Amino acid sequence: MSQAAVIPQTTPWVLPSRGVVGMACLIVAESAIFTIFVVAYLYYLGKDLTGPTPSQVLDLPIFTSICLLSSSLSIHLAVSALHHAKRDLCSLWLAVTVLLGSIFLGGTALEWHKLIVHDGLTLQTNLFGTTFYSLVGLHATHVLVGLIMLTLALLFSLNGSMTAKHIGRLEVLSLYWHFVDAVWVVVFTVVYVLGR
Amino acid sequence: MAATHTPAPAASTQLQPRRLVLDILHDWVTTVDHKKLGLLYIGYALIFLVIAGVQALLMRVQLSIPNNNFVTPQTFNQLFTMHGTTMVFFVGMPILFGFGNYLVPLMIGARDMAFPRLNAFSFWISAFGGFLLYFSYLGASGLSGAGGAPDVGWFAYAPLTAHVFSPGHSTDYWTLAILLSGIGSIGTALNIVATTLCMRCPGMKLSRMPLLVWLYLVTSSLVFVTISPLTAAQIMLMLDRYAGSHFFDTQAGGSAVLWMHFFWIFGHPEVYILILPAFAFANEIIPVFSRKAIFGYPAMVAASVGIGFISLSVWAHHMFTVGLGPGANTFFTLATMVISVPTGIKLFNWLATIWGGKIHFTASMMFAIGFLFQFLIAGLTGIMLSVAPFDWQLGSSYFVVAHFHYVLVGGILFMLFSAFYYWYPKMSGHMLSERLGKWHFWIFLIGFHLTFDFMHVPGLLGMPRRIYTYEADRGWMIWNMIVSSGAIFQAAGTLLFVYNMIWSYFKGPIAGPDPWDAWTLEWSTPSPPPEYNFAEIPTVESRRPLWDIKHPDDPDSRYE
Repeated sequence: MSQAAVIPQTTPWVLPSRGVVGMACLIVAESAIFTIFVVAYLYYLGKDLTGPTPSQVLDLPIFTSICLLSSSLSIHLAVSALHHAKRDLCSLWLAVTVLLGSIFLGGTALEWHKLIVHDGLTLQTNLFGTTFYSLVGLHATHVLVGLIMLTLALLFSLNGSMTAKHIGRLEVLSLYWHFVDAVWVVVFTVVYVLGR
Repeated sequence: MAATHTPAPAASTQLQPRRLVLDILHDWVTTVDHKKLGLLYIGYALIFLVIAGVQALLMRVQLSIPNNNFVTPQTFNQLFTMHGTTMVFFVGMPILFGFGNYLVPLMIGARDMAFPRLNAFSFWISAFGGFLLYFSYLGASGLSGAGGAPDVGWFAYAPLTAHVFSPGHSTDYWTLAILLSGIGSIGTALNIVATTLCMRCPGMKLSRMPLLVWLYLVTSSLVFVTISPLTAAQIMLMLDRYAGSHFFDTQAGGSAVLWMHFFWIFGHPEVYILILPAFAFANEIIPVFSRKAIFGYPAMVAASVGIGFISLSVWAHHMFTVGLGPGANTFFTLATMVISVPTGIKLFNWLATIWGGKIHFTASMMFAIGFLFQFLIAGLTGIMLSVAPFDWQLGSSYFVVAHFHYVLVGGILFMLFSAFYYWYPKMSGHMLSERLGKWHFWIFLIGFHLTFDFMHVPGLLGMPRRIYTYEADRGWMIWNMIVSSGAIFQAAGTLLFVYNMIWSYFKGPIAGPDPWDAWTLEWSTPSPPPEYNFAEIPTVESRRPLWDIKHPDDPDSRYE
């Protein structure tokens, strides 16, 4: 015992969670991809040879944006409910997250329908169409992937197979979802505020 | 299970070898073991190295004399496109990731990578990319009958990649192959970072990690911010070609220069992604064969991280001839010059490591010393080209080709050979023949200097890159003749190396766990290491854990 006191006992060997580190790496890589699309959008802003231009056809998607951003809060509440072993609450918040995300995606679908059918703006129309659909579409794709994973999590949670040992995984998923929301802040600012 | 008892003896002797082959194949295809995947990466890269090397030889035959008709201009375009694309994406990246896959877990005392199945996925998706690129030779003709292998150059400048100028599917194969290889690279890089941060054995603090692991950490982090822009640009190019968008369509107001920016935002850090693992090998090999600990460990780490950051701000020195304006030119000239400072720190530290050491001139060390010398020269011509007015004169000439081949061959390839001689015993359990290794070194050294020293001269005389032939009165002939003759030496040296690897695998002396009396953890395992790497997870006290074990009276931990 006395020897144990002399030899400095090192603190327990703790390393970061590989799921979180892996997701952080993915987020960095994805951010770089989005940056390139944002740069392309800004670079071509106002360089269209033909219309329509952003200010003519774009409306602020305020309601759907609020929905998407609120879903960051609901996924956070889902994770913390799982932390407190309240599984029903976790399912509820996951369902809310899926619902909010779906509303956002539905809003994008309606917006695109209006742009394509009424305003005649497609990917091929002009530089605005090219950069708008690719940037917003890239983000929507990420929302879709997130929604699929969230729905899976919701199903697991509903049939009771999501337990305390899956907290780490749900946290990794919530990191991804937060990232998708954060990207929307950038896209919203660039496309709907600065770009208009 | 029960069936193994039933077959007649004659049938079983016939069936057994075949089942064995299938078993081995099944084992390799389904493996998630980091060592097997590392070897798959390396083997795959070596096959492509030979293919792309043959392409280089064909180009050198074509250029050896003026007005040559050995290959058609179209074939020549395909040759330099495929040579560049293959060497960067399907030789350089996989071979470096192969070594990283194999060595990083072993060096940090881990049993596997953080995500073994992602590791397998990344390898196979990259491999598929490579096969797709080469399938273009058969499948790219398309309905129009035009096509064949991609012929737009490895940086595929817009608007050359537009449908009008690249009919058929050759460019589609190129962009898909690179997209897939990029996904694989990002997956592996993610894996290496997560392994390094989350899988270290007890006591393996960041400040005690072998420098190789540090450099792989920096390289992999660079991959995220470097390969991703390329992936984004490839998505845009694909949208342009398939969906009729206008990213790089100059007719609709799109910009060809934007593609250049996107490509070189990838392209220049890519050079550092390739060279940093070469530095990593040097950091492990030079100390062991100088019998000294590495000089200036913290400075080496700082310099590596510094190179990583600065490399992100130098891309437009590939675009001086575009006419960026004085502000941008000044910035990129300065940034490019600044990056030589941390690189210089590294060179001086390697020299200081060798200085006063008891140098063992093994084949591995000889290649490492060749690397030091040649990388210095490559860096110096790099500083020359970083000066914008100088670059205006020599941009897109053979001087540039000579400069970057000096980096890629004289730097990276030499260090790769060095790494093969150093780690082959660990990977195969057999030593490579030192005698053949030294022949390989000298033949390859002569070939390298004949080719790439003299390649600077036609560049200075005004020979542009990518021309398929030239007139006799330009005065370039003698230089091209020398350059081409050097290529023969390099091919001979490489053949000797391949022969050495095959011969040594069957006949080479048994290596034992630690043939070089080295200090890092991979040498504490048997050669080749078992699937689980370490029977017992080691605990480390210093940067040289095996030194501590071999010298319990004077452990390193006392001085760090």
